[in-house]
Amino acid sequence: MVITPTHYLVLSAALFVIGIIGVMTRRNIIVIFMSIELILNAVNINLIAFSSQLQNAVGQVFAIFVVCVAAAEAAVGLGIILAFYRNKETINIDEMNLMRW
Amino acid sequence: MDFIRLVPLLPLLPGIGAALNGLFGVRFFGKRVAGLVACTTMALALALSLAAFWQLLQLPAEGRERLVTVATWIPATALQMAGRIGTFQVDWAFRLDPLSAMMSLVVTGVGFLIHVYSIGYMADEPRGAYARYFSYLNLFCFFMLTLVLGSNFLVMFVGWEGVGLCSYLLIGYWYEKKSASDAGKKAFIVNRIGDWGFLLGLFLVYFTFGTLDFREVANRIGASFPIESAQFGVLSLISLLLFIGATGKSAQIPLYVWLPDAMEGPTPVSALIHAATMVTAGVYMVGRNAVLFSHAPMTMEIVMIVGALTALMAATIGLVQYDIKRVLAYSTVSQLGYMFLAMGVGAYAAGAFHLMTHAFFKALLFLCSGAVIHAMAGEQDMRRMGGLKQHLPVTYVTMLVGTLAIAGIPPLAGFFSKDEILLRTFLANKAIWGLAVVTALMTAFYMFRLMSLTFFGQYRGPAWEHSAAPAVHEAAVHGSLHPSDPFAHGQAARDDHEVGHGPADAVQTVTGGHGHGPWHGPHEAPRVMTVPLMVLAAGAIVAGFVGVPPALRGGNAIERFLEPSFTAHQVVAAGAGATVQAAEAGLAEAGEGSQGVAEAGEGGHMSAGGELGLMVLSVLVGVLGIWIAYRFYVRRPEIAEHLKVRWATAHRILSNKYYVDEFYGATAVAGTIASANGLWTIDRTVVDGAVNGSGWLTIFISWMSHLIDKYIVDGLVNLVGSILEESSFVFRRLQTGLVQNYALLMLLGVFAFVSVYLFVRR
Repeated sequence: MVITPTHYLVLSAALFVIGIIGVMTRRNIIVIFMSIELILNAVNINLIAFSSQLQNAVGQVFAIFVVCVAAAEAAVGLGIILAFYRNKETINIDEMNLMRW
Repeated sequence: MDFIRLVPLLPLLPGIGAALNGLFGVRFFGKRVAGLVACTTMALALALSLAAFWQLLQLPAEGRERLVTVATWIPATALQMAGRIGTFQVDWAFRLDPLSAMMSLVVTGVGFLIHVYSIGYMADEPRGAYARYFSYLNLFCFFMLTLVLGSNFLVMFVGWEGVGLCSYLLIGYWYEKKSASDAGKKAFIVNRIGDWGFLLGLFLVYFTFGTLDFREVANRIGASFPIESAQFGVLSLISLLLFIGATGKSAQIPLYVWLPDAMEGPTPVSALIHAATMVTAGVYMVGRNAVLFSHAPMTMEIVMIVGALTALMAATIGLVQYDIKRVLAYSTVSQLGYMFLAMGVGAYAAGAFHLMTHAFFKALLFLCSGAVIHAMAGEQDMRRMGGLKQHLPVTYVTMLVGTLAIAGIPPLAGFFSKDEILLRTFLANKAIWGLAVVTALMTAFYMFRLMSLTFFGQYRGPAWEHSAAPAVHEAAVHGSLHPSDPFAHGQAARDDHEVGHGPADAVQTVTGGHGHGPWHGPHEAPRVMTVPLMVLAAGAIVAGFVGVPPALRGGNAIERFLEPSFTAHQVVAAGAGATVQAAEAGLAEAGEGSQGVAEAGEGGHMSAGGELGLMVLSVLVGVLGIWIAYRFYVRRPEIAEHLKVRWATAHRILSNKYYVDEFYGATAVAGTIASANGLWTIDRTVVDGAVNGSGWLTIFISWMSHLIDKYIVDGLVNLVGSILEESSFVFRRLQTGLVQNYALLMLLGVFAFVSVYLFVRR
């Protein structure tokens, strides 16, 4: 079976939707983080797929760039979570409503 | 060495003494140092004025006038004067001429003696008050010398006000005593009334002549003003205003009331300020402006009448007073009246001569009375004295000299000067002369009454503690105090003093702490007090010899010496004149004018025989007065009592000083208080009402403005705010603070936009 860009797109869209649903529905902030990683990797699959399709390395470079940003983002995010946990002894997202009016 | 150039030092020396004693003495100096500082500065001033006087005598008679300018006081300023803009300039300048030289000799000489005397008299004062006293006394001499030496009206005015201030300070020296501080205030206020006239005269002098210098004013009058015999012109007005000032300072009618009260001060002060020097300032000022007064015959007439009336009135009051110092005070007022009488008839030199001799014998009399008061431990009532001759021999002899001098017995000083005045008055106005002769009679009478009551007869004062006194003597003393003595009785009722009460009480009440232990009876004063008495007595004997009239084969040296001070100088006027010709034309006229003044002043001549006759008459009058007093108060005291009862009304009026104080109290004082009350009411209701009204109005307006601000301006602002607040109520619900809600919204938004992109773009 020949793997066409359509397969990649479907896989990517599926991953993206799974990630979105995870972000929206989960209460554990770690899981939400992991879901965000899924979203990012869905984008990465798209980038790589079109890079290989179009024989252009820019997409792969961009994917590596996204991975770097994701790593940085994970580090900062986990730092925030640790700080939050020390304060509130929980990482439940429903407790994080400090930004209310 | 040119001592005349050092004349500005003359006031400065006592000024330095005053500063030392006033700034440091009150705190740090002992009594000995304070007295020494004051007396040293006065001695130096006396030496300097003697030296300057001596050098002045060496000059030719017409050049005996030296102007010493120290500094510019008020630099030249343009100022409006009559008809044009003049230049107003005043220098700190001093002028030594015969008149001011004589005055400064009198002030420093008598002043020095009184400083020395004060060392003894004030010995019982506490240390600080002692230094304060000497500081005031020196300050007085500073101002008095400024007054007599000042070359223009304004420098004179500085001295004029300064001596008034010192007079106030010294009268109120015992300020814990209500009567003393009241007397000080009275003197100051009455003097201020006179100063008002003096100051107006001063303004008018500048306005008329464009200068305040005495010499220039005199020269200008001599050069270009006619004698105002027909109408009351500007010169008459100026001289009248100046004379009002003189009546205040020299205690003439109507402003004489302060001088008798001034006797509340220490006796040396009365001698120096209220007899010998300050009160003569008015006489001196009239003499200083002799040319001006000569050109105003109407004012001269007023001066003459006021002088004669004052002399007579004060003498009549003096007849019945019992306070030894008050008799002398009224005598001073009377003698000042004589001086003004002399000024009024144009006999300036005679007036100045009497001023000098009077300074000697009146200072002497006051200091003697001080010695008596000292001996009696503060008692001033003559009814409680008597027979002091044995106890106070030196005081007795010196006071006798002074009394004979004031009574006009030759060859003592008073005879020559008083006689000169009587002669000139006789030539000018016979009626006034009659008044003056009656006054002379009264003077002789009341002065010998004083002598008789004080030194002759029986001792009537309080008893004293006689250590180891024989009982007989004690009894004798008490016997003389027996209630049968009419004087002792009245005194006890009047002064709340028990007869025979310890003198310590009298000490406390009369002098405010002039006590030194138990009193040992009347005693002669210490040498530091008696020596000045003797020197002054010598002065009262010989001072008259400088003015022996031609009728007695004398040269009348003092009149010839003083005469240049009373005339206009033509030489200086020519130098000041703008156009030489006009000036010279004026000169000739001025020469004639002043000649005419001199003639008018002389008012005719008299033969030497007539002069001698007048002299004999005045001596006889004096002797008569003495004889009457001797008869009434020594030989047959009951006559005086009898007369007192027979002329009870007259006696009461005289004892109450013609009710002048009561009259002034009812008119001037009550009027002032009433008008002040009225003005206070106006101030309280109208002025304060207006101020308070505008205050209330401001408060009301600001209250209204506050309401507008609060409800309209703030209302609008709050309205905007509350609208926003209410409308935001809906939207802020969206902000839950939950990250997932935000993420959901974001997602929906992305869906929406992507949907629009996908479907609408197509």
